[in-house]
Amino acid sequence: MKIIYYPGCTLKTKAKNLGDTAVAAMSRLGIELEELKRWNCCGAVYSLADDDLIHQVAPVRVLVRAMEQGGGKLVTLCSMCYNTLARANLIMKNDEEKRNTINSFMDEEKDYNGEIEVVHLLSYLKDEVGWDALKEKVTVPLEGLNIAPYYGCTLQRPREVGIEAPGSFQLMTELLEAAGAEAVPIAEADLCCGSYQIIGNPEAAGNNSAKIVSAADKAGADALSMSCPLCEYNIGKKQGGLPTFYFTQLLALALGVSPEECHFELNHQSSFELLKSKGIVKL
Amino acid sequence: MAVKLSPNTVKKEFIEKLEKLSGQNIQKCFQCGTCSGTCPMSDSMDTPPRQILRMAQLGLQEDLEKSETCWVCASCHGCNVMCPRGVDLPRVMEALRQMKLRKNVNKIEPSEIPAETIKDCPQIALVAGFRKLTS
Repeated sequence: MKIIYYPGCTLKTKAKNLGDTAVAAMSRLGIELEELKRWNCCGAVYSLADDDLIHQVAPVRVLVRAMEQGGGKLVTLCSMCYNTLARANLIMKNDEEKRNTINSFMDEEKDYNGEIEVVHLLSYLKDEVGWDALKEKVTVPLEGLNIAPYYGCTLQRPREVGIEAPGSFQLMTELLEAAGAEAVPIAEADLCCGSYQIIGNPEAAGNNSAKIVSAADKAGADALSMSCPLCEYNIGKKQGGLPTFYFTQLLALALGVSPEECHFELNHQSSFELLKSKGIVKL
Repeated sequence: MAVKLSPNTVKKEFIEKLEKLSGQNIQKCFQCGTCSGTCPMSDSMDTPPRQILRMAQLGLQEDLEKSETCWVCASCHGCNVMCPRGVDLPRVMEALRQMKLRKNVNKIEPSEIPAETIKDCPQIALVAGFRKLTS
């Protein structure tokens, strides 16, 4: 089975540990993530100014490419890409005036009316694979690992594109449990890590990320699980206080993908140390 | 903060522009302060989000132009999902940023970002930061 997949810029460079592990894990589940043949950067953030349509063209072009490649569902992984694509898609579905302006601006492309369904991998796993089926494929259960699911902002907000309601962290919790780990809930799971303020106001961003690390630590979590390369950078690499993983790395590991293919060298080194100390990775 | 209101201080054109750019009816806000309580960045702001919205309702253009708050907002939408009046405050912050950026000024200078940050950080940090903080 194949599903069209949009990796986005960061998954091809700094966050190969997110992109490559998703491809490997899904392959173990018999699903091929077929990369879009032609794609561009989505713009990373959705334009909030009402008159700024030019910045909607980049994500809309991605959606047009998905339609050209067969349409249906488009799976994404990076939380920021997911948010930007899903929101641009809503404009094309629901706002006739803006849709007409954007369509008439794009010369080469066919008119697009919101036909694509933008789906985050967590939703896809639940709806198309199912946690019970996933559990059956787990060969390396993540026993003894206490992981706090962390969603950040863009998986849940605004409500109209949230993969689940604000304050609910069920999808990642269920995924972690299916993989054999213990999910440790934290109230800060949707507290902003500081996002792009890491280059605008690094001190403020650092304060936020420190709060998240501290909350997870106090709750007894060994590590945080996440879906966004910017969260991983702010909370994992910049803080360095608590191991962080992409949920796809944990999934891949549980499905028997080799530790080398999970690219733990791209995480903070404490992350791999944790897996060794728990005996999940044996050297 | 005492504010004297008169037809001269209430900048109606500013309010209209802000509402047009943000797509929001800012008069809907009844000043409950949920946004300030929710905002994870409010500790680093010179003026909390609730006050920004009040200043906008009163058309205090000069005070809003002086405030750095819109530059600290991380567009996390925490306030937006909690607002009991349905005001999309991140869009108001975006409108305030855009009014400044459209005068061809940058909040951050890309050339001044430390080389180490550029080397280490994910592309989305740079793309998002440039989109929000440069003209």
